[in-house]
Amino acid sequence: MIELKNLTKVFKVGGRELKALDGINLTVPEGSIYGVIGSSGAGKSTLIRCVNMLERPGSGRVIVDGQDLTQLTGKELRLVRHNIGMIFQHFNLLSSRTVYQNIALPLELAGASSQEIETAVIPLLDLTGLKEKRDSYPSQLSGGQKQRVAIARALASKPKVLLCDEATSALDPQTTRSILGLLKDINRELKITVLIITHEMDVVKTICDRVAILSHGQLIEENDVESFFLNPKTELSREFVCSAIHQKPAAEVESRFQSEPTEGSRPVVRITFVGRRVVEPLITRAARQFGTDFVILQADIETVHGKSMGFLMVEIMGEESDVEASMTFLRDNVQVEVVGYVS
Amino acid sequence: MSADSWLLLGKALWETLYMTVVSGGLSFLFGIPLGVLLYITKPGRIKENAVLNSVLGAIVNATRSVPFIILLVAIIPLTRLLVGTSIGTTAAIVPLTLAAIPFVARIAEGAINEVPFGLVEAAQSMGATPLQIVSRVLLPEARPGLINGMTITLVTLVSYSAMAGAIGGGGLGDLGIRYGYQRFDGVIMLATVVVLIVLVQLIQSIGDRLQNYYDRTR
Repeated sequence: MIELKNLTKVFKVGGRELKALDGINLTVPEGSIYGVIGSSGAGKSTLIRCVNMLERPGSGRVIVDGQDLTQLTGKELRLVRHNIGMIFQHFNLLSSRTVYQNIALPLELAGASSQEIETAVIPLLDLTGLKEKRDSYPSQLSGGQKQRVAIARALASKPKVLLCDEATSALDPQTTRSILGLLKDINRELKITVLIITHEMDVVKTICDRVAILSHGQLIEENDVESFFLNPKTELSREFVCSAIHQKPAAEVESRFQSEPTEGSRPVVRITFVGRRVVEPLITRAARQFGTDFVILQADIETVHGKSMGFLMVEIMGEESDVEASMTFLRDNVQVEVVGYVS
Repeated sequence: MSADSWLLLGKALWETLYMTVVSGGLSFLFGIPLGVLLYITKPGRIKENAVLNSVLGAIVNATRSVPFIILLVAIIPLTRLLVGTSIGTTAAIVPLTLAAIPFVARIAEGAINEVPFGLVEAAQSMGATPLQIVSRVLLPEARPGLINGMTITLVTLVSYSAMAGAIGGGGLGDLGIRYGYQRFDGVIMLATVVVLIVLVQLIQSIGDRLQNYYDRTR
């Protein structure tokens, strides 16, 4: 649905050139929810703003629904934009308009009659749960309600694509969840392709189907969300995964941590369980079978992309051969990774 | 105060109102679009045009730097061309309007500047044309600021119109100078000042009320 080909954007900042985007290639499948994650300054906002040409890319192609937007004239581009809804971190609602009038804006711009506007806006008020707020002004709404208005407004012109630029970054965790739930519903019920830009791994974990990591203007990793959590390939993606599952060993262990084994050191192992493995007693089985002891340093079960995933960090104690055997046993069943040693 | 004095005061009040309202209305009519133009042609804005922007900016600044009393007499040929005469109340409207247009333009530009640029981008993302962005987003969102600017302009015009006496424009200021100052009539002077104070208060409170009514950010 969205295809970015070799996208590059250079900004000139005080005489120096800053590569905001550096050869981005990315494909967002139709009907999916696609997340692009990155730290601030990685070029995320520039990326999403190139998708509807709010930002003109320096080179490369932006293909949305089969059309190369970089080739369009101003007028053609304005027409195409009716097919691409967008929501923002700071909502960008018109303060002088009521909820109803805000949602009606894109239809007014397209020259719809007030009758057409009403038939389009009323169901959107229902969908976003804003029926009671119809005649309120944005200043009378909470952050979550404002984002709901913005979502309804973005959907008013019946777009095929919804772009979300840090849409939940200004919201508290509970409101974030409800907005993410709404986005998921919209994706499922209206079959709208969603592209999300965020720095919050929770957003990716909760609703995305695929994810890409952006770092210094380059896409360094791309995967489906499950594989991404199970098997992060780069240092940065590992950091993001750990931030989402709050994985950090206790301070007492961390001070004794070493990256290479030494005489008498014991391995620290990160174990990831998926699906039904979460409920299997693998650790106690390994302990009984090989006579090893497990010190649980950290444990967590999270829902990733609708599936349960268990994250466990353990220190394995015992004879070297028994420890090896335990690890082999575990490897046959779950994802095991030695992250270091303690002595 | 004699009946004659009351008559003089009434006539002068009428002349001041006439000059203020007509030149105010005309300056909004031309000044607000000029302010919009100054805003949208700035680098990075929706109709970026650096040349036009700096030319307009220079003209606006030049007009604003001429003291009003000089402008009043300097443009007499233009005034005669436009209204057929260079003296009288109607003639005074030409320099008043000319002085107020760049003033209104800068105030309008400032008011529009206060509209968050995110709103412009949101409108662009919906496929709005530049004209639609101006009419549906910038002007409605800047309305409280524009009303505030119009109030300031009207009050300024009341005080500028006091100088219109220099070209026979009449008005309250002229009355105060000729009767109050030159004929040592303290009562007329006081009356003029009181009427001016009431007039300005009235303009300001109507302006404040309108601004409050349209401000939906609170």
